[in-house]
Amino acid sequence: MLIKSTHKNATKEHQITDEKIYYGRREMLKNMGFLGVGTLLGGGANAGVFDLFSRDEERPSVFQRDDLTYKPEGQALEELTPESKIISHNNFYEFGAQKNQPAELSQGFKVDPWKLAISGEVEKPLILDYDDLYSSFDLEERIYRLRCVEAWSMVVPWIGFSLADLVKKAKPTSKANYLAFETLYDPEQMIGQRNRRLGGGINYPYLEGLRIDEAMNPLALMSVGLYGKTLPPQNGAPIRLVVPWKYGFKSIKSVVGIKFVEKQPPTTWNILAANEYGFYANVNPKVDHPRWSQASERRITTGGIFDQNRIDTQPFNGYGEQVASLYSGMNLRKYY
Amino acid sequence: MALSIPTDRIPLFKSLLHLVMLYPLVNLYIDAFADRLGADPVDAVIHFTGMGAINCLLISLLISPLAKTFKLGFLIHFRRMIGLYAFVYALCHVLNFLFFEVQFDLTLFIGEIFQRPYITVGMGAFVLLLSLALTSSAKIRRKMKKNWQTLHNFTYLVALLGVVHFYWSVKSDISEPLVYFALYGALMAFRHDRLKRWSKRLRLW
Repeated sequence: MLIKSTHKNATKEHQITDEKIYYGRREMLKNMGFLGVGTLLGGGANAGVFDLFSRDEERPSVFQRDDLTYKPEGQALEELTPESKIISHNNFYEFGAQKNQPAELSQGFKVDPWKLAISGEVEKPLILDYDDLYSSFDLEERIYRLRCVEAWSMVVPWIGFSLADLVKKAKPTSKANYLAFETLYDPEQMIGQRNRRLGGGINYPYLEGLRIDEAMNPLALMSVGLYGKTLPPQNGAPIRLVVPWKYGFKSIKSVVGIKFVEKQPPTTWNILAANEYGFYANVNPKVDHPRWSQASERRITTGGIFDQNRIDTQPFNGYGEQVASLYSGMNLRKYY
Repeated sequence: MALSIPTDRIPLFKSLLHLVMLYPLVNLYIDAFADRLGADPVDAVIHFTGMGAINCLLISLLISPLAKTFKLGFLIHFRRMIGLYAFVYALCHVLNFLFFEVQFDLTLFIGEIFQRPYITVGMGAFVLLLSLALTSSAKIRRKMKKNWQTLHNFTYLVALLGVVHFYWSVKSDISEPLVYFALYGALMAFRHDRLKRWSKRLRLW
């Protein structure tokens, strides 16, 4: 008779399976996974005049992702976007501005050692190194909708910890009104930072920011993994922000710095095109991007071209109950 | 260098050209249906067909400079077909947007055309291209007499609007659209006499 433990844990399996077999199987699955992604990327439909030069610049073996121990969320209410799509369709211009490029150009990315510095208006500045990212806080799974400002969306099973826990640990001072986030600046590793064309013409490092009450909202997540394993580089390894009620570009990847500041910090897309991307960037079907409607979105799921469904976009990406009060009294057309 | 092909071989070369033009398109949709176009097949088919249309337009504009400069007169036989494939790709581009992007939401479709300047420009190019495609047969050409050439000179405008549409749709990195602007400029430079004449008539400068 099989007695199932109520506390399900994805990593228990290796305790009963012979390690040799276990790792052999993982290796095989990994290779299969890479083949799968490779086939997807080989489609060439995004081929532009420059692809001749960029295709084979860097093609190292696949990035090593480790299993994580975490508290599972349980049943997902919506169909999850398949892992193969989540890790092959990325806006992470540091590794190329085409959606397929980050998965291709980031596999050699080194995340260990890593330093995430918490500084500024705090009583306890701290530095989390690579191991701290996974051990300082209890990890839990959070299944969130991700709504890109480009009007497509996914459902992602993230693993991470509440940003609020990190904020509390750092003990912000009374002057800490905002958090300024910064992505790693390492042109040697990030091809988009050394090649302006591949990097989409952005000035690096990538910067983002939150108001402190937004950061304290229980939904704001510091993610270190997805689908049970550590993040791959294209999704922001080793640690990234996830703010599910805002457009995806707010959820900054591969974070090395969180500085508590008094004034609203500059943010990358807002610097680039202030009329198109605001500081707040809350998902809002009523406020269009100047070049396209935000009223609906295409949900990326399994299947071919006929399975891509268009659905209505929800205010605050459907998280209004938890976050709308943060913005009461604010004109969301002005503070888009 | 003067190169020519026997007249009776032209149909053969036309058939080959059909294959060359159709192969990427058929391949694209097979991959799209089979979920082999990356995570967002909709974006992929829209982008691919749009670029296909612009590429065909620019190739069609390259024909007469090539024919004149290198005395390759036979190339002219293929110009109309390439122009028509520009239309086929553009039609697929518009239908992809309607079917797969807005998914038959006609209010949204029409709203986007009029509210988003870059889509307005693209749609303007498509309507012009449609009128060129509809009047492309030899019979209509004869009937239209001089007006035919006047109408078909709008090819230059269609190509310009197409490149503007591409430039405008890009989120941040504009190097690829700039290359297209340069190609367009080069193709138009071959026609500077004609452009000068028109601008005089319109008193542009």
